[in-house]
Amino acid sequence: MLATETVIFVSLCYIGVLFGIAYYGDKRADSGRSIISNPYTYALSLAVYCTAWTFYGSVGRAASAGPSFLTIYLGPTLMMTLGWLVLKKIIRISKIHRITSIADFIGSRYGKSMTLGGVVTMIAVLGIVPYISLQLKAVSTSFSLIHQYPAIQPYSYPSGIRIWSDTTFYVALLLAVFATLFGTRNIEAAERHEGLVAAIALESMVKLVAFLVVGIFITFFIFDGFGDIATQAMAAPELRLLMTLPENAGAFSSWLAHIFLSMMAIVFLPRQFQVMVVENVNETHLTKAIWMFPLYLLAINLFVLPVAFAGLLTFGASHLEADMFVLALPMANQQFLLGLLVFIGGMSAATGMVILETVALSTMICNDLVMPALLHLPFLKPAQRENLSVILLSIRRLSIVLVLLLGYAYYHFAGEYYTLVSIGLVSFAAVAQFAPAMLIGIFWKGGTRTGALLGMTAGFTVWIYTLFLPSLAGAGLIPRDFLVNGPFGISMLRPFELFGLKVFDRITHAVFWSMLANVGCYLAGSLFSRQSVMEHTQAAMFVDIYRYVGRVHDSSVWRGTAYLPDLVLLLERFLGKERTEAALENYAMTHGINREQALTRDSGLVNHIERLLAGAIGSASARVMVASLVKEEPLGLEEVMDILDETRQAILYSHELERTTAELRAANQRLQELDRLKDDFISTVSHELRTPLTAIRSLAEILRDYPETPADRQSEFSGIIISETRRLTRLITQVLDFQKLESGRTRWQITRLDLETVIKDSVNATGQLIAEKNIDMRLHLPAKSHPIKGDRDQLIQALINLISNAVKFCDPQTGRIDIRLEYSADHLTLSVSDNGIGIGEAIRSKFSISSNRWWIRCAAGPPAPAWAWRSLARSSSITTAN
Amino acid sequence: MTRDKINGRRLVGLFLLGLLLFNFPLLSLFNRPVLVFGIPLFYLYLFGVWSVMILLMIVISLARSEPSLTDEHG
Repeated sequence: MLATETVIFVSLCYIGVLFGIAYYGDKRADSGRSIISNPYTYALSLAVYCTAWTFYGSVGRAASAGPSFLTIYLGPTLMMTLGWLVLKKIIRISKIHRITSIADFIGSRYGKSMTLGGVVTMIAVLGIVPYISLQLKAVSTSFSLIHQYPAIQPYSYPSGIRIWSDTTFYVALLLAVFATLFGTRNIEAAERHEGLVAAIALESMVKLVAFLVVGIFITFFIFDGFGDIATQAMAAPELRLLMTLPENAGAFSSWLAHIFLSMMAIVFLPRQFQVMVVENVNETHLTKAIWMFPLYLLAINLFVLPVAFAGLLTFGASHLEADMFVLALPMANQQFLLGLLVFIGGMSAATGMVILETVALSTMICNDLVMPALLHLPFLKPAQRENLSVILLSIRRLSIVLVLLLGYAYYHFAGEYYTLVSIGLVSFAAVAQFAPAMLIGIFWKGGTRTGALLGMTAGFTVWIYTLFLPSLAGAGLIPRDFLVNGPFGISMLRPFELFGLKVFDRITHAVFWSMLANVGCYLAGSLFSRQSVMEHTQAAMFVDIYRYVGRVHDSSVWRGTAYLPDLVLLLERFLGKERTEAALENYAMTHGINREQALTRDSGLVNHIERLLAGAIGSASARVMVASLVKEEPLGLEEVMDILDETRQAILYSHELERTTAELRAANQRLQELDRLKDDFISTVSHELRTPLTAIRSLAEILRDYPETPADRQSEFSGIIISETRRLTRLITQVLDFQKLESGRTRWQITRLDLETVIKDSVNATGQLIAEKNIDMRLHLPAKSHPIKGDRDQLIQALINLISNAVKFCDPQTGRIDIRLEYSADHLTLSVSDNGIGIGEAIRSKFSISSNRWWIRCAAGPPAPAWAWRSLARSSSITTAN
Repeated sequence: MTRDKINGRRLVGLFLLGLLLFNFPLLSLFNRPVLVFGIPLFYLYLFGVWSVMILLMIVISLARSEPSLTDEHG
């Protein structure tokens, strides 16, 4: 009996190491340096999928049904390829809504429904119980095998054994202790267990290494490689059969059904949801995990078939269960240490699953089953209790123990009659019932609470009827007659051939009927029921999660007001004082709110507190708790629709208004500009036309009134009249060209000219005007002439404008006008000044800017209208253009 | 379209391909009790397709991990 002590000692050491890792992981997590925050640990923790079923059961399955064991690993591989589409979305939703379990997820999706969360929890617990019993069975079977080393005794479950003398019972208790210690350390706001995940990742390494080592030993040391085993197997007719699937419709359909089941299981098993979604540190880890996890699955399956063949070839027709070949083969070859490694590997596969599964289930039981019930019991008054986190922890610990005891009970009563894989598949079929509500629910907003409830209930009822009850009947707990003849002798209702459907095997048969009932009821229920406001909001937030990112804070349909101290007290009860303080501080910091102010009307804070609570006790319970404190004013559907409609209208309308206003403003500016242009235009035209006209008229009057004027004077006057008329004609042409003029495209007659001549001509043209008013006109011209380039007519026009303005505004009695032309280094200054009232600063500056390089300074010019400056500017800018 | 979306679609394509290759009727073509390289044909096929799928997943994932490089051109 040396083997027994060694095995127990090594097992305890191994569990001690796990404790150490988990403890270290938690420590690191507390100090903010996570050891699980990398894709490799994430992928390894996903491998908790490989349980004792994989470790021992796959070989058993391969030895009895050939390649079909692979379906359980092909399904997850396929599902991981959908990871980017499905898993990422589930992870994102869960992170934003602080989802803590699959029950929480489904309940939350369908309007934070308590009923739904409860139903999911019930299904999960009942569905997983067989799966847990499978692990217990594997551990106890392998133990009973190895502790008899070197003898290899086929294991037989001692019938009528007392629970107190059954090692399996103690195994179950030990696992319960471990799960309790690490799964329910304290109530987290986000329900994550870093230390536990680290331990799980280590277990995944151990089981993979153990299986690969034993696989290599059996294949290459006992036998002579793959080829050798396969060739020997080909020789044996019953082994030959295991190389292919039987050629019938049932085999094909069950192949497909198993792939479907495992695809669902990889997401919807509570422990898979826990590691994949809840314990996910960073979404991007998924990128690597989607290929690393399938790689792990491939590796752990490489040696399954060789080991199965080797086992069959070695043990033949002995009564040894094929499930135990992995362990029995090294033992048969006197490799105790290797056997011990296999035992530890199998134990890590089983313990990893049991611990994580019970922790996940306990969270669900506590948050979605017990808490809602407690909240409804008035005498408990949970809202008034001082420290609820202690109650929460006790509930969780109790539920872990309860789940393990249920698992043990199933094992005790029914487990001995089935192989590992067939027990596991029953559980897979149960969790597949979550698939329609989850998968359709995150892509289709129309799914309603009623639909989900009906679908899951219907599917689960079919599961109970076609798989669970028969498994109890198989164990003799209910009359077997029920299986053979159907209930009450109604053969149409035989659990394995419901309504006479005979083409499928049991699992496929159950999957077909349960999924048909589930999806059918879900769709029908959704189409024929209406969503409440809360459901509607949640559906939109789940389906359009990528659109709502960062806006969750104002997405809830709460119009509540609450008294802050009440809320804080509530949080403290569940999270403890420190965590509450930290969380609120954080909220105040990020929202720039002064915490000292009572935030009675801030629904954002109320929602935040609800989400914090949801992390600890699930969304449905959190809602009830907060609702009990918040004076909520629930909104009716109509009201919400009205608000939405009004808001939308208002937004549309204000957009419209803004646009119209902008258009109007622009139009107004244009109009003003046009008006100004028109004024400019009219005054320019009238003024410019009138000047030569005045000159012509006064000269013509002189000629008429004074016929005695000397002939040379007369001809001079006629000459001026003719030249002025020509200028007038040109002016009119230019007026017609106004459009061009405005855009600066007028053709100018640029010639070389002498500025002094231009000035003299201008003075001549206005000579009559000056003479009439008795103005003293003085020219200050330089001695040397400076030819420039420019348009003569324009310059004359500009000068005439300036002179006539000066005439108009200069002193009426002692009028005096100075025209001054000065040269400096690089420019000419022409100034027309009078002794009148002076020029406004604005006009001068405008002018200066326009006439760029060629300055014409008006020292004391009259407040001439803008056009005068403009025309001067124009002519001068033309002169400088060349 | 972002690289994430492109890769998401590629992975969905891979999923459909896998679904096709891992199921009947294609599977039945290899459902024969013969040994190829000393390995039963059916298993060789399954593990082969499986490996190729994982390889393709790695390729697609790697394409995603350097988005800055590809985004500049696309």
